[in-house]
Amino acid sequence: MLNTLLKRVLWGIPVLWLVLTLTFFLLRAAPGGPFDQERVLAPDVAQLVAEKYQLDQPLFHQYTQYLQAIVQGDLGPSFQYADHSVNDLIALGLPVSLQIGFWALCVALILGVTLGMVAALHANRWPDLVAMLVAVIGISTPNFVIAPLLILWLAVHWQWLPVGGWAGGEWTHLILPVLTLSLPFIAAIARLVRGSLLEVLALPHVRTARAKGLSSAAVMRRHVLRPAMLPVVSYLGPAAVGLMTGSVVIEQIFGIPGLGRYFVQGALNRDYTLVLGVVLVIGLMMLLFNLLVDLLYRWLDPRIQESS
Amino acid sequence: MKLRLGLCLVVGVTLVVLLGPLWADLLPDTIHWDDMAVPPDATYWLGTDVMGRDLYVRTLQGGQVSLSVGLLATLVSMLIGVGYGMVAGYVGGRVDAVMMRLVDVFYALPFLFLVILLMVFFGQHLWLLFVAIGCYLWLDMARIVRGQTLSLKHQSFVEAAHALGQSHGHILRRHILPNLRGVVVVYATLTIPQVIMIESFLSFLGLGVQEPLTSWGSLVNEGAENMSVAPWALLFPAFFLSVTLVGFNLLGDGLRDRWDPAMTNKAK
Repeated sequence: MLNTLLKRVLWGIPVLWLVLTLTFFLLRAAPGGPFDQERVLAPDVAQLVAEKYQLDQPLFHQYTQYLQAIVQGDLGPSFQYADHSVNDLIALGLPVSLQIGFWALCVALILGVTLGMVAALHANRWPDLVAMLVAVIGISTPNFVIAPLLILWLAVHWQWLPVGGWAGGEWTHLILPVLTLSLPFIAAIARLVRGSLLEVLALPHVRTARAKGLSSAAVMRRHVLRPAMLPVVSYLGPAAVGLMTGSVVIEQIFGIPGLGRYFVQGALNRDYTLVLGVVLVIGLMMLLFNLLVDLLYRWLDPRIQESS
Repeated sequence: MKLRLGLCLVVGVTLVVLLGPLWADLLPDTIHWDDMAVPPDATYWLGTDVMGRDLYVRTLQGGQVSLSVGLLATLVSMLIGVGYGMVAGYVGGRVDAVMMRLVDVFYALPFLFLVILLMVFFGQHLWLLFVAIGCYLWLDMARIVRGQTLSLKHQSFVEAAHALGQSHGHILRRHILPNLRGVVVVYATLTIPQVIMIESFLSFLGLGVQEPLTSWGSLVNEGAENMSVAPWALLFPAFFLSVTLVGFNLLGDGLRDRWDPAMTNKAK
């Protein structure tokens, strides 16, 4: 058990390195630099700036320097936000993104599982059909379509909720972003739960449980839910990736100062260190999250340990 | 029922997008200076945007771009995925283990972030869009094709081909590939809506299709910016985009229920 855990963690290091290296050289191969502005800098000023950020060094030297700094936990200075290190910026943006992502995941799980259960328990009758129709539409409507519509309706027309902004994380500012971010995942989870519940309900051990006179609530709780949740748990990994990418759009639309916005702004401004920092943090979080999902899966389905 | 509804939606949208412009005598990038942000009427069937361009023609033209990106990028992902999966499954053993481990690693990466970077830096080319999205979406296809190949490999007709002394290339082409057709078609159909979604996602961020061309994603983006002045400029492209995605998803689901061998013994 501990062994497999350690193996997973060790696998993570080359993966992160690969991503960082790829991003680093992609950034440098891109046309344009961080200090290219409409007004061209005087050559001696440009020289000084390049020296300050070590941009005049050979590329490979910069790369090794950067890796060394990272190992020591230093993500370097931001090129665009003067006087801010990338560490500062991430310390500001990460909690915001995490908060939205966490709530979106919770909402998606609660609503998705409920919807899927209702559908499975009424299979092929109208609650099922309605739920699955909603799910197909939910999966097929991108959140950048839903978000403006919800803003138009709830924030502009009825003025129930703020149009955007963060306001230090006040809960009214959370509702719309969290809702729009979670919608596609509610739909996907509902479909998964419906499918796997139907499958588990048809298994022999469930029939036995019913035959020995357990109430349907008890059958559900003790014999059905745990195995039926397995596909949902393995979906959590891809879902987290989706939440991350979704948050790029959501943060853009609602004007939320999170990691996704830093990433897009950083890429547009050629803010090398900021982009690399965000990529590193996101990669790290993905690995951690996948590890957690793995552990959860093993706990739910002990058969896995025997086979590996 | 899913299959039929999906097919109807897909064929319907495709026909409208391809043939619709024939009935319009307006051009997509003509600016009508006196008719900015006009709601739908007899001249402008879907209204005009804030720059005075006819939305009917623009929405359909955007649809042509979105659909062709969808098809071409799916083709790219299909080529990579089928090739990769077939080799992994057929060769098996250590090669297979390493290749699939690599796929696992790719799954865990926030790949779309790299695609975003690619588009920011080297964007403005449609072909780059196809390749970038195709390279991102081949993983599912590779996994499924590998699984199928693995089970086909041990069937007696493949063993017979071996016994006849046929080369590996020949067996892959003549015996394995034809039997993968069903699965590949199913998952290609399910890839198309994903591609369209990603293309419009990138275009929404301003990184995908560039002016003067347009796509549903860029139209939704423009519409969202000016939604308080001209909500129809948001609603119509959004409607077309969603209907297309629903159509392809239903079609793919329906095909999977019918063809995928893994699905036939499950409760549908």
